[in-house]
Amino acid sequence: MADSMIERAAMSTPPGTARRIRGLSDRTIAWIFVSPTIFLLLAVNIFPLIWTIRLSFTNFRANRPNAEVAWVGLRNYERILTDSDIWQTMQATAHFLFWTLFFQVLIGFTLAWLINRKFKGNDLWTTIIVLPMMLSPAVVGNFWTFLYQPQIGLFNYGIAFLTGADPTSFSMIGDVALAPWAIIIVDTWMWTPFVTLICLAGLRSIPDSIYEAAECDRASNWRQFWTITIPMTLPFLMLAVLFRGIENFKMFDLVVQLTGGGPGNTTTLTSIDLKREAFEKWRTGYSSAYAIILFVTVFGLASIYVKALNKVKER
Amino acid sequence: MSGYSVTEPSRGQKWIAGILVAGYALITILPLVWIIATGFKSSADSIAYPPKLLFQPTLEGYVNLFTTQTRQTTEYLNANPPQTWYERIVHDRGLVIAGPSRFGERFMNSVIIGFGSTFLSVFLGTLAAYAFSRFKVPLKDDLLFFVLSTRMMPPIAVAIPIFLMFRSLGLSDTHAGMILLYTAVNLSLAVWLLKGFIDEIPVEYEEAALIDGYTRFQAFYKVVLPQAATGIASTAIFCLIFAWNEYAFAVLLTSGTAQTAPPFIPTIIGVGGQDWPAVAAGATIFLLPVMVFTILLRKHLLRGITFGAVRK
Repeated sequence: MADSMIERAAMSTPPGTARRIRGLSDRTIAWIFVSPTIFLLLAVNIFPLIWTIRLSFTNFRANRPNAEVAWVGLRNYERILTDSDIWQTMQATAHFLFWTLFFQVLIGFTLAWLINRKFKGNDLWTTIIVLPMMLSPAVVGNFWTFLYQPQIGLFNYGIAFLTGADPTSFSMIGDVALAPWAIIIVDTWMWTPFVTLICLAGLRSIPDSIYEAAECDRASNWRQFWTITIPMTLPFLMLAVLFRGIENFKMFDLVVQLTGGGPGNTTTLTSIDLKREAFEKWRTGYSSAYAIILFVTVFGLASIYVKALNKVKER
Repeated sequence: MSGYSVTEPSRGQKWIAGILVAGYALITILPLVWIIATGFKSSADSIAYPPKLLFQPTLEGYVNLFTTQTRQTTEYLNANPPQTWYERIVHDRGLVIAGPSRFGERFMNSVIIGFGSTFLSVFLGTLAAYAFSRFKVPLKDDLLFFVLSTRMMPPIAVAIPIFLMFRSLGLSDTHAGMILLYTAVNLSLAVWLLKGFIDEIPVEYEEAALIDGYTRFQAFYKVVLPQAATGIASTAIFCLIFAWNEYAFAVLLTSGTAQTAPPFIPTIIGVGGQDWPAVAAGATIFLLPVMVFTILLRKHLLRGITFGAVRK
């Protein structure tokens, strides 16, 4: 009965609206389309996050699922924040973050600026430059240990060729002083093109007319660079830093394959340390608290940064 | 002064810029060239000092990659002459082929998990992106931010509860588990990218279709989907590359049946230490498809790596 009423209503209205009455409503379709995604993300991201928070207040160990689990309150957090080893890994991470961002911004921007000179074949060279960043960090990182071999490695040979040093006199991944730089070099090699591509988009977004106006005002090239080029690419550059910052804070695969965190603890970044606590020492409760601290740090820093980025954009 | 432009760099500038960029490009692809070259070297050539630029190419590395071998006595070797070219390569070094290696299996796992999760995340992502783009979804901005924020967690941090969850659901080291996990990780990228692509399709097309009597659903798959085809294809390639390259979850949650190639390739060892030509051969086979895709994708590359935040 209800069906026939809809049919009748449909027949008496223009055909377009009629079909809409018979089909599902927009609201229903919206829900059907969105809910699987939200459900999956809840199941694989939010539910685990809540579980991690709960575990972080316990002394649960995943390798002893049947042992009694005790509620320990905030003790895990207390122990992490007062642990000097963890502060050391934080320092290693900060060192890695700072220098990778520094080199990638410097080289990445320079390259973008050069590519924007619009010489012949710049598309081809850009495509070649971009290749390393799309490849598997674990597989490439593993191969770099070969390039870093003191006796036979191509990297040591190249450095020796340029400086005249003995290629066997230094080991990039075996030396306490060099290992932090070894991971910075490979990460910079891999991810500089990321910054280049974003900066290039920034440079290309500057309208020619601004430069033409500056030329009429007899502004020097140097002045144009600092008052037009840099401020107008800054939002793009900051976006690149945001992406690279978050990615490198999470860094795991490349460094684990390159140095495994060694020698000693010199390249033990937070993710590597966390993996050891969680999946080698099986201190699940403790490492859950560790994970929450890392997540809050990343989220907090990223939110502050995004606010700053929006301010720059508004200018 | 006709044709003079103040914004066009001078010829000298162009030359210097071109040479510097080309120089950087050549240095930066050297490690990749070295991977491909090492795959065709003999073990002795691969560890020669100084590093060999010119060498006699051999398929030894590829044969070692795909097979396992055992040492045999001279009498046995003489009594059983090699039948095929690959047996001959092994025979020359006093070995016989014992059977296939695990590489083929691991590579197939990468293919199955990569394509499976790509299909699912693009399918679900297209639906969600269409809804976010065209309908009034309550809390739209919050939901979209939530979708993105799931990418900020370090994988190791998420891996702890996922490990426990998979263990209790029996999903540990299964293809289904990995496909589900990678789908969830890729969904944020798929939704954000596809929303950008669908936003660019004029709403008027669908409105015209609706007036012509199409239902909303028909308008979606007969009008919007064909328009979004390039966007969907490039999103799919980005999802595929991510799943293909992923290491952290793979190394923690798989060990055998569902292990993908990235955790496997570094563990390839030959007789007496790491067999670099075999590792390089495996890396070459594994990396080449991504290189090809990157070249095909170069127009949409920027968009993909920034979650659609920067569009050219």
